[in-house]
Amino acid sequence: MNNIDVSAIFQIAGIGIIIAMIHTVLKQMGKEDMSHWVTLIGFVVVLFMVVRLLNDLFQEIKSIFLFQ
Amino acid sequence: MEIIQIVGLGLITTILILVVREQKPMFAFLLAAFTGLFIFLYMIGKIETVISVLEQLADRSGIPSIYLKTILKIIGIAYIAEFGAQIVRDAGQESVASKIEFAGKVLILVMAVPIIGVIVETVIGLLPAGS
Repeated sequence: MNNIDVSAIFQIAGIGIIIAMIHTVLKQMGKEDMSHWVTLIGFVVVLFMVVRLLNDLFQEIKSIFLFQ
Repeated sequence: MEIIQIVGLGLITTILILVVREQKPMFAFLLAAFTGLFIFLYMIGKIETVISVLEQLADRSGIPSIYLKTILKIIGIAYIAEFGAQIVRDAGQESVASKIEFAGKVLILVMAVPIIGVIVETVIGLLPAGS
């Protein structure tokens, strides 16, 4: 579990860099709106990862600190 | 030597955040939040053992379990509120962060009210009658 989660951090950073590259390329090609959609989709993917981990954390805190 | 792992993870993440922030500040924020969540999740497993020892001690000393439950809930609220406030503060929203902290304080106070009531009753019981 540990290793998977650590690799997720690098995944997020990689997604960010690649999205930035795609954004720049699409902007050079003159497709502004497409580049914005790509940014939005990448953002949603990363947000899903963060929210899933947040859910894990909250469940763990609930079970440990006796919130029924 | 888990502390070395955690510190290394923090340093690498900081470098990655600095790289990504140039291009997309949003991803840098999510990366910071994810790292914080990961370290927190990693540490909460350790806290679990401490909590179980505390529970055993409370069982043996005969303290009513409702007090320990309340204290654990207060600790949990404090952790969650602090964590959320720090993530929001990272994103630069100081006012929202202070509201989160305020909500945490109020909820802790609400949880602590029964204990305060018991203390006051005990003190009143100690006072000599008729005075």
